Amino acid sequence: MKFRAKIVDGACLNHFTRISNMIAKLAKTCTLRISPDKLNFILCDKLANGGVSMWCELEQENFFSEFQMEGFSAENNEIYLELTSENLSRALKTAQNARALKIKLTNKHFPCLTVSVELFSMSNSSRIATHDIPIKVIPRKLWKDLQEPVVPDPDVSIYLPVLKTMKSVVEKMKNISSHLVIEANLDGELNLKIETELVCVTTHFKDLGNPPLASESTSQDRNPEHMAEVHIDIRKLLQFLAGQQVNPTKALCNIVTNKMVHFDLLHEDVSLQYFIPALS
Amino acid sequence: MKCLVTGGNVKVLGKAVHSLSRIGDELYLEPLEDGLSLRTVNSSRSAYACFLFAPLFFQQYQAATPGQDLLRCKILMKSFLSVFRSLAMLEKTVEKCCISLNGQSSRLVVQLHCKFGVRKTHNLSFQDCESLQAVFDPASCPHMLRTPARVLGEAVLPFPPALAEVTLGVGRGHRVILRSYHEEEADSTVKAMVTEVCLGEEDFQQLQAQEGVAITFCLKEFRGLLSFAESANLNLSIHFDAPGRPAIFTIKDSLLDGHFVLATLSETDSYSQDLGSLERHRPVPQLQAHSTPHPDDFASDDIDSYMIAMETTIGNEGSRVLPSISLSPGPQPPQSPGPHSEEEDEAEPSTVPGTPPPKKFRSLFFGSILAPVGSPQGPSPVLAEDSEGEG
Repeated sequence: MKFRAKIVDGACLNHFTRISNMIAKLAKTCTLRISPDKLNFILCDKLANGGVSMWCELEQENFFSEFQMEGFSAENNEIYLELTSENLSRALKTAQNARALKIKLTNKHFPCLTVSVELFSMSNSSRIATHDIPIKVIPRKLWKDLQEPVVPDPDVSIYLPVLKTMKSVVEKMKNISSHLVIEANLDGELNLKIETELVCVTTHFKDLGNPPLASESTSQDRNPEHMAEVHIDIRKLLQFLAGQQVNPTKALCNIVTNKMVHFDLLHEDVSLQYFIPALS
Repeated sequence: MKCLVTGGNVKVLGKAVHSLSRIGDELYLEPLEDGLSLRTVNSSRSAYACFLFAPLFFQQYQAATPGQDLLRCKILMKSFLSVFRSLAMLEKTVEKCCISLNGQSSRLVVQLHCKFGVRKTHNLSFQDCESLQAVFDPASCPHMLRTPARVLGEAVLPFPPALAEVTLGVGRGHRVILRSYHEEEADSTVKAMVTEVCLGEEDFQQLQAQEGVAITFCLKEFRGLLSFAESANLNLSIHFDAPGRPAIFTIKDSLLDGHFVLATLSETDSYSQDLGSLERHRPVPQLQAHSTPHPDDFASDDIDSYMIAMETTIGNEGSRVLPSISLSPGPQPPQSPGPHSEEEDEAEPSTVPGTPPPKKFRSLFFGSILAPVGSPQGPSPVLAEDSEGEG
């Protein structure tokens, strides 16, 4: 298996760094899937992750000036690697004002993803910082658990309010309750509710707008004001919101009553899907 | 002793104290004829730091009241640092700082004269002490490099703030390489990320080292001096020798000079076997300059134990300086070296000819700094087994 890629454009480098910072906030350990056209950061819904799963996808040609990979085999031309997300974001942090960034799969005492940053320096000599990120190659037989999650038909699909606002609300709510109800309707209303013995707090967001639903028939049957709700762990929601440092280009959430909430974001050209299951 | 610091120098003094606080818990303050010296050593005696402020640094400097002996004292670093804790405050509000040592009252008085007539007086209690003096000589080190501190400051940016140790070496093409050093753990399933920074020869004002030399030292302690040197815009020199020998970091300008002496890891294969640490087949840390077409190889082989920075020569110096960094008896916890460690008999191993002095230190260090899995602290087996010539 081989992989080597290079980024020379400053804007692409910054964008890639921001994505990796976001991933580092969302998942301590994640899977990086390399395929000829795409890179994916994957978190599958194992018990260890509390049932949360994540699927982040980017088109490699939007970032890399050079990209070569050779997967597991000709029929399975993909590479799945497990790594500590923070390592990648830390390595990329040094590339803030770099001339070029190279990433490649290497084996120096242990398999790693080597990130090599060529920095500008005062003198004409180049200054190189290299980071060897230890990785674990995921065997072929486990790939089936790491496929793109199927998005079930949502009961309600709604555009999200400004994530920063949501985050500050949820942050305060976290001090009161450990779980929260997220509910929304087809009338552009979304509520975040917490309830304890002593107090109930609800934050109402209005006029958010709803994307067109896939199946028109269901939308006609339903009362647009009817709320679809799901109880979730507040910390999981907070972790998701904390990862969004920059307001996304597009953000919507799909609620499947009492089953899960699915967040679908687009950061310029990188898509992020985040699934939080309902509390049982 | 009485001295007066004014203007911007107050902040410089404060920064120096911050720097020293990264090393040790006790500050040795000694007014000398050629200036005020502030020194410290860490609990395991593997790092020593000293700043000497020339008389010109002060608006007024009086080492000792006429007719009296030079006093010297030892104060808790925490106490002294608390006076200078907020550098921003020092810069904005403090106009003058007066430090005086009164033998009779046993108090070190630090008085900050601030704006608007505010005067803050700190009375710090001190202990009498022997002079803290490490024996080291930069000139005796075969390798040295000198560069503006800023270059090194930028170079260490890619390393995680929590990184304990770093390896510095010279690769092919005289490229200077800094590489994160991680003690390999026996059953570690999670490996640490390895970061390496490669600098060109042109970044250095002076580079006098053979290709292939490398030393590993504590980055955290080095950062103390580095941040001071960067803020003062000074050049930083690193004098070093073989792995195991202390590395000397120096800065200098017309008003002050600073020396940090740090222990470096030594190479001892046999040592590891003695301890029965079965996992110890550490691959040779190869420092490679990834940018150059040819991989660089380094001389640093299986590095297992830390060596003390200091050598003490009890009574050999014959100078007014009484060594007080002396050996403590064998397997003691690292915090133990204190004033009572001056007794000659305890320091005996170092004066016995043929016995490499650092042996006992090494055992102290080993327990205090590295504590790798399964390694006992007893020095005796070490002394017995590893009798190979040691620097």
